[in-house]
Amino acid sequence: MDYDNSKPIYLQIVDLFYENILSKKWLEEERIPSVREVAVMVEVNPNTAIRAFNYLQEQKVIHNQRGIGYFVSKNGYQLVLKIKKQEFMKQLLPDVFKKMGLLHIEIEEISAAYQQHIKSLDHEEK
Amino acid sequence: MVTIKNLKFNYPKSTIILDQISLNFVPGNIYGLFGRNGEGKSTLMKIMTGLLFPKEGSCTIFGESTSSRTVKGLQDSFMVPEDFELSPLTIATYAQLNAPFYPKFSKERFYGLIKEFHLSPKDKIPNLSFGQQKKVLIAFGIACNTQFLLMDEPTNGLDIPSKSQFRKIMAAAVDEGKCIIISTHQVRDLHSLINHVVILENTKVLFDRSLSQVSEKLWFGKPSQGAKEKILYSEPSFGGKSVLERKEKPETEVDLELLFSAVLEEPSAINYALKTNDHEHAI
Repeated sequence: MDYDNSKPIYLQIVDLFYENILSKKWLEEERIPSVREVAVMVEVNPNTAIRAFNYLQEQKVIHNQRGIGYFVSKNGYQLVLKIKKQEFMKQLLPDVFKKMGLLHIEIEEISAAYQQHIKSLDHEEK
Repeated sequence: MVTIKNLKFNYPKSTIILDQISLNFVPGNIYGLFGRNGEGKSTLMKIMTGLLFPKEGSCTIFGESTSSRTVKGLQDSFMVPEDFELSPLTIATYAQLNAPFYPKFSKERFYGLIKEFHLSPKDKIPNLSFGQQKKVLIAFGIACNTQFLLMDEPTNGLDIPSKSQFRKIMAAAVDEGKCIIISTHQVRDLHSLINHVVILENTKVLFDRSLSQVSEKLWFGKPSQGAKEKILYSEPSFGGKSVLERKEKPETEVDLELLFSAVLEEPSAINYALKTNDHEHAI
């Protein structure tokens, strides 16, 4: 297995954007900080920040309005949801399955743990 | 902006420390200048700012030799040296006396930074600690707004919060089309800012590449057993990381410390891996 914590910085910035969009900190069709502001905020070379912006534009999550700035796309939230869900299914879940096999954990145990989790969430809400 | 061609330098009655150096520095980049102690990094910076003259070859800024110390060149370059002694003045007087040499100096920017660094214009410079004095010089250097900015070990002596402030300041500065060269051993402090690496070793330029080239061709991390990509360098310690040819593997962040060790230990293998790929692309 290739395990490394050295994800390129530009993709880490992309993740930060996804998080802000999923948590509704950044809303659809709202303006987001500029390349320069992001570079200063996360303390990176602006060239790196530009790469993140270009990547997100290719994914159609954000778009550029000439002379004004960058905006979250109209259906940005749904797009990010789809991207992150796919990432979960294709990357995170296979790893979990692999570990389950290694540790002889049955799906019923996981299901029970999940029910427990839902219950405790309900309790918190009450 | 600054071009060095076949440069050679030695101090009087001492061995050659820079030989056949050719480099080109362009705006919009933050260059990391690396090398073991005593490999001539500071000397090269002094040559680029006209404080030392090349013995052979040339070093030019805006097309004029740095040793002719033209007004145009001097007013648009600033160096924050590693060691320095500032005049026994208050911060305000220091700025007042030195700012006229730099036409693009911004008073607001200077006092803004001084405040950000928790200093006061009335502070007497000799009463400040080394780190605080360094902050004065960094603030002044940034406020001078020169196109060419050199910093020799800028984070040495800075406290932890100031290092973060420093990175923010530099990220903003390079965006204004500046050409910045930073020499440092504190790679961890600055790795997210540097986008081009120059390594000096044994009087020569051993490495001169942009990090986008490096991350395109090389892979950094712990490879799986039986990885088919060629291992170019491995850290000798247990659980150490390696540099591999990237080929089809996903992109990784460049580990500057690892790159530095790899280039010093296996210069031809690393440079070859970057070069052969250049060739393939050319075809």
